[in-house]
Amino acid sequence: MLKRISALILAGATALTMAGCSSSDGGGDSSVGGGADDGKLVMGFAQVGAESGWRTANTKDIQESAKAAGVELKFSDAQQKQENQIKAIRSYIQQKVDVIAFSPVVESGWDTVLKEAQNAKIPVILTDRAVDSKDTSLYKTFLGSDFVEEGKKAGQWLVDQYKDSKDDVNIVQLEGTTGSAPANDRKSGFQEVISADPKFKVIASQSGDFTRAKGKEVMEAFLKSNPDIDVLYAHNDDMGLGAIEAIEGAGKVPGKDIKIITVDAVHDGMQALADGKINFIVECSPLLGTQLMDLAKKVVAGEQVPQRVVTEETTFTQEQAAEALPNRKY
Amino acid sequence: MSRILKHRLFWPLVILVALLALNLFFTDNFFKIEMKEGHLYGSVIDIVRFGAPLILVSLGMTLVIATSGIDLSVGSVVAIAGALACLRISDLSDQNSVGGVLGAVGLALVLSVVLGAWNGFLVAGIGIQPIIATLILMVAGRGLAQLITDGQITTVNSSPYKLIGGGYWLTLPFGIIVVAVVLALTAFLTRRLALGLLIESVGGNAEASRLAGISARGVLMTVYAFCGLCAGIAGLMISSNVSSADGNNAGLWIELDAILAVVIGGTPLSGGRFSLSGTVLGALIIQTLTTTIYSIGVPPETTLLFKALVVTIVCLIQSPAFRTKVFHRRRRPVTASPAPEEKVRVTA
Repeated sequence: MLKRISALILAGATALTMAGCSSSDGGGDSSVGGGADDGKLVMGFAQVGAESGWRTANTKDIQESAKAAGVELKFSDAQQKQENQIKAIRSYIQQKVDVIAFSPVVESGWDTVLKEAQNAKIPVILTDRAVDSKDTSLYKTFLGSDFVEEGKKAGQWLVDQYKDSKDDVNIVQLEGTTGSAPANDRKSGFQEVISADPKFKVIASQSGDFTRAKGKEVMEAFLKSNPDIDVLYAHNDDMGLGAIEAIEGAGKVPGKDIKIITVDAVHDGMQALADGKINFIVECSPLLGTQLMDLAKKVVAGEQVPQRVVTEETTFTQEQAAEALPNRKY
Repeated sequence: MSRILKHRLFWPLVILVALLALNLFFTDNFFKIEMKEGHLYGSVIDIVRFGAPLILVSLGMTLVIATSGIDLSVGSVVAIAGALACLRISDLSDQNSVGGVLGAVGLALVLSVVLGAWNGFLVAGIGIQPIIATLILMVAGRGLAQLITDGQITTVNSSPYKLIGGGYWLTLPFGIIVVAVVLALTAFLTRRLALGLLIESVGGNAEASRLAGISARGVLMTVYAFCGLCAGIAGLMISSNVSSADGNNAGLWIELDAILAVVIGGTPLSGGRFSLSGTVLGALIIQTLTTTIYSIGVPPETTLLFKALVVTIVCLIQSPAFRTKVFHRRRRPVTASPAPEEKVRVTA
């Protein structure tokens, strides 16, 4: 009896493996031919996670653009953990996809796995976030926003707002996930602009992990330990939205008592901006799917692509937000 | 004096007081509590308020650990409960209708109990090791939560729902009241009724308790279902606090914090005796640590290191074996119940 059962299981397992083999063989063939023989390009995409509304809009756009461009997309969600992302990239290498694209969770620690991809002759495209690797030959191109520029735009608005004032401006900052490129760059860009004038003082700065819950928790603590806050700069909308609740809970009016600057411009953030609870949002567009598919096709075809491609972005004031809100895709 | 020193809640209490004292020196107005917008407002209130979900999860975890089990899936249950409640509420025609919100909350809690019972079934019914059995739901559950929210952050705009985790009742944060009720109920069930004894006996030796006529299976099922319920309520609190469900982040790693809280509270991972008040202290210590980091302004880059250091010290002080070695070198060691697990836990 036991023998028969194990034989059955074995047979089942073999059938499964064979099915697995045949499908991966198909994929392998197409990648040998540069993905051109059946016209269908296979892209492995390792997403950071679904930590914010921005990210989910980004995911959706990439999936839709892949479908529109006729690209077969293998998608994985790393849940904000680098080891998951490395695992996903390794599995794409094993599956011999034509091109790998990913948004690195953190900036450092990618050399080994990128070398593996290079050895397997699979081109890599970075989207949205950069890596700090010295060897730029490890990836073909980096498509995404310029976070330093975003930080500068945020800082510039602040400087313009307070240009006539002589008093000190006390700023608190909600940073993104510690060590991530947007957190590092949005912080340094902002700092660069405001440091020109000593009246701008960042009195507290903590990580809110890009989430509403943490944003609220950290802001509550800020409000208690620093009674005099003029400006909040949050590295994304979601943390800002969490902080708004904390500010309201403290009996202050967000947007008036404490001016709020955020980055991203997701739907909920734009709504809060239009409602006057946020004062200024620097856009960081997640809709880079079409550009990504174009780049992927060029890279696989062996064409030269620039090392850095910046997505087109703007900024929103409260009036602009009210105008733009009905037509936003995310 | 020595009786106080030997009390098992003595050291956790010392640690909590020490952490609070740290704030006394580094943060102005840390202990100031004032009335704002008709409710209490202050850092200490924040600690209890943001600590409430962790206390709840840890309570459930305490009972599970007392049966010498462990529940890794609580974080996922937190996410699922919040996601389901927010989804149902966002579908309501009137998001402020109390009935609709109660329905959504009820549904989420029923699902949490079912998920907990599923863990109990795997452990008690099939005999899978608890760490493996609950690992299944830990991994799959987060996927389920994202499936429910469609990978998006579901935002709701409902004042009755907001009350659970972000609202106030009789000037007190509603979450604290919920915690007090659950704690009182748990204490009553386990300390005034026989359930606590049954749990400790199953944790001590499941086979012996079965032979003594205790339905170990029933006890295990109850305990895991209760743990699921606690995680469900915590999930509602967390999502209600920010009026949105985040399938990916809600309750992320809360299982580790809960296990840590239980251990700091003096319940050994090997099962048997447990301490509910110890667990509450443990959870408060963890939340105080987090709030302290924000208020005294530890740079984000060193936050984890700081946490790890404090937790290591806490665990060392909590270990009777370590204390005897360091503090009572001259005296004869009189350790009745060494808890070796406590020394190796350093997760922050």
